[in-house]
Amino acid sequence: MKSGKWFKLYIAVFLVFLYAPALLLPVFAFNDSSIVSFPLKGFTLNWFNVLWETEALHEATKNSLLIAVSTAIISTSLGILAARASSRYKFRGQKAVMGFIMIPLVLPEIIVGVSLLVVIVQMGFDLSLWTIVLGHVLICTPFCVAILSSAFLNLDQSLEEASFDLGQTKLATFWLVTMPLVLPGVVSSMLISFTISLDEFIIAFFLAGTEPTLPVYIWGQLRFPQKLPSLMALGTILLILSLTLLATAEYFRRRSARKTGIEDAGGFL
Amino acid sequence: MSGFTKWRRSEEASGWLLVSPTLVYSILMLAAPLAMVVALSFWTQDYLQLDKTFTLKNYIEAWSEPIYQTLMGRSLKISAFVTALTILLAFPVAYYVSFYVPQKRKPLWIFLITIPFWTSYLMRIFLWKVILGYNGVVNGSLLGLGLIEQPLSFILYNQNAVVVTLAHAWVPFAILPIFVALEKIDRSLLEAAEDLGDGPLRRFIRVTLPLAMPGVVAATVIVFIPTIGDYVTPRLVGGPNGLMISNMIELQFKKANNAPLGAALALSAMFLVSVISLIFVWLNRKYLVGQK
Repeated sequence: MKSGKWFKLYIAVFLVFLYAPALLLPVFAFNDSSIVSFPLKGFTLNWFNVLWETEALHEATKNSLLIAVSTAIISTSLGILAARASSRYKFRGQKAVMGFIMIPLVLPEIIVGVSLLVVIVQMGFDLSLWTIVLGHVLICTPFCVAILSSAFLNLDQSLEEASFDLGQTKLATFWLVTMPLVLPGVVSSMLISFTISLDEFIIAFFLAGTEPTLPVYIWGQLRFPQKLPSLMALGTILLILSLTLLATAEYFRRRSARKTGIEDAGGFL
Repeated sequence: MSGFTKWRRSEEASGWLLVSPTLVYSILMLAAPLAMVVALSFWTQDYLQLDKTFTLKNYIEAWSEPIYQTLMGRSLKISAFVTALTILLAFPVAYYVSFYVPQKRKPLWIFLITIPFWTSYLMRIFLWKVILGYNGVVNGSLLGLGLIEQPLSFILYNQNAVVVTLAHAWVPFAILPIFVALEKIDRSLLEAAEDLGDGPLRRFIRVTLPLAMPGVVAATVIVFIPTIGDYVTPRLVGGPNGLMISNMIELQFKKANNAPLGAALALSAMFLVSVISLIFVWLNRKYLVGQK
């Protein structure tokens, strides 16, 4: 029993380590001091007011939202095609093809950023928000494929066969039977890729033209000590936003698991 | 039916057609750009003018200049330490969730472990600066407890800070594959080991650990390869002696305007981490086969 106690203690210490930055974020966001350090001074909402008044931040947020929505739609579409192909059909070279599509998962992001930058510059294109979308779709697609593959694999094929037997075409079956069943997986995939894109910095930093994304803007501000408390407020808002999106994604993922009648195995990734 | 229509309707063709948009995207945005980087690394650049004659100059510079050697060696060392620390931190947690947490609560625990990963990436790194800083949380607590009299200055702006911050960022990615491997272990094997007289420690070393190794190997690769490419963490918490090769790659591509050298450095770094990872995977295969 004694070893079990030590084990629990370790888990508790680990969770403190894991959550330390996330817990400090709101602490400093509401702290009435222009220096981000202890001891705490008092409660204020001032840093949130600063955010509403910063025009550049609003522009960066709009850019990031545009990129994240585009990325979510494109990478989920590409994910649906690949996941459907790999779960429904067997074809030669399948493992190699799927492995290739999943590579960005283990590739350092700097490599993705640098290589896209080289191609775009060589071809004479200008860097813009769309060049960032190209990079983000590349790194989000593997996550979408992973989520959607499990949705498609859990699908009971006899339902589709029943639809064929009742005279529906392939396309109609896909829209009327398959899609509604995997829809929670699709929603979950879109939310995850949206969240990844919204927070991605390394690739965006290489591929951003004159218009910054939210993380690129934050990076520029980190140099100025007087901006730090308002960045903490911004971080708090982003944290709450991410958590809401993820909780929604998790809800849909579980619903997808329930709908297809499979015991929940847990975890997105 | 002609040969082509027949092929068109086959399972083979349906699969290829369906996967092709995603595959084409990956080829255009990943394979082609990577090939371009390889080509670029054999060229030279004089400010904005690109000279496309083949040369090994960039590689000779990347492998012989002391500054690049130092940065490369340090980056590999930091990535190795990060990987080791991440696995050491992650294994007990994965073990706890797999063996101690009731089946129904496991998804919730996995969700809890992945949450901090979704805090803004830049903020997370910056907050480690606040935690480890001179007036930071760690120093504040230690002073408050009376354990130290002066704030510790060796915990921020050096390689230790980089290792801790990166380990924090990557630990969820290590927990998941190890957890999956532990979940796959047939529990009756553990009972068998116990029945045959193995104590808890022997049972762990002879049964649980070898069976969990595929997860550990996956975690190692998932953590080791990408950490070499992080340039934000070294820049924010590393101080002058904590900079890594990616900071140099970024510098060459942006301010120094020497993309070919940057490409050679990036490819050299990728080559080294890939070779080290492959050796590690190979050693494990060999070792695991030996176990049987």
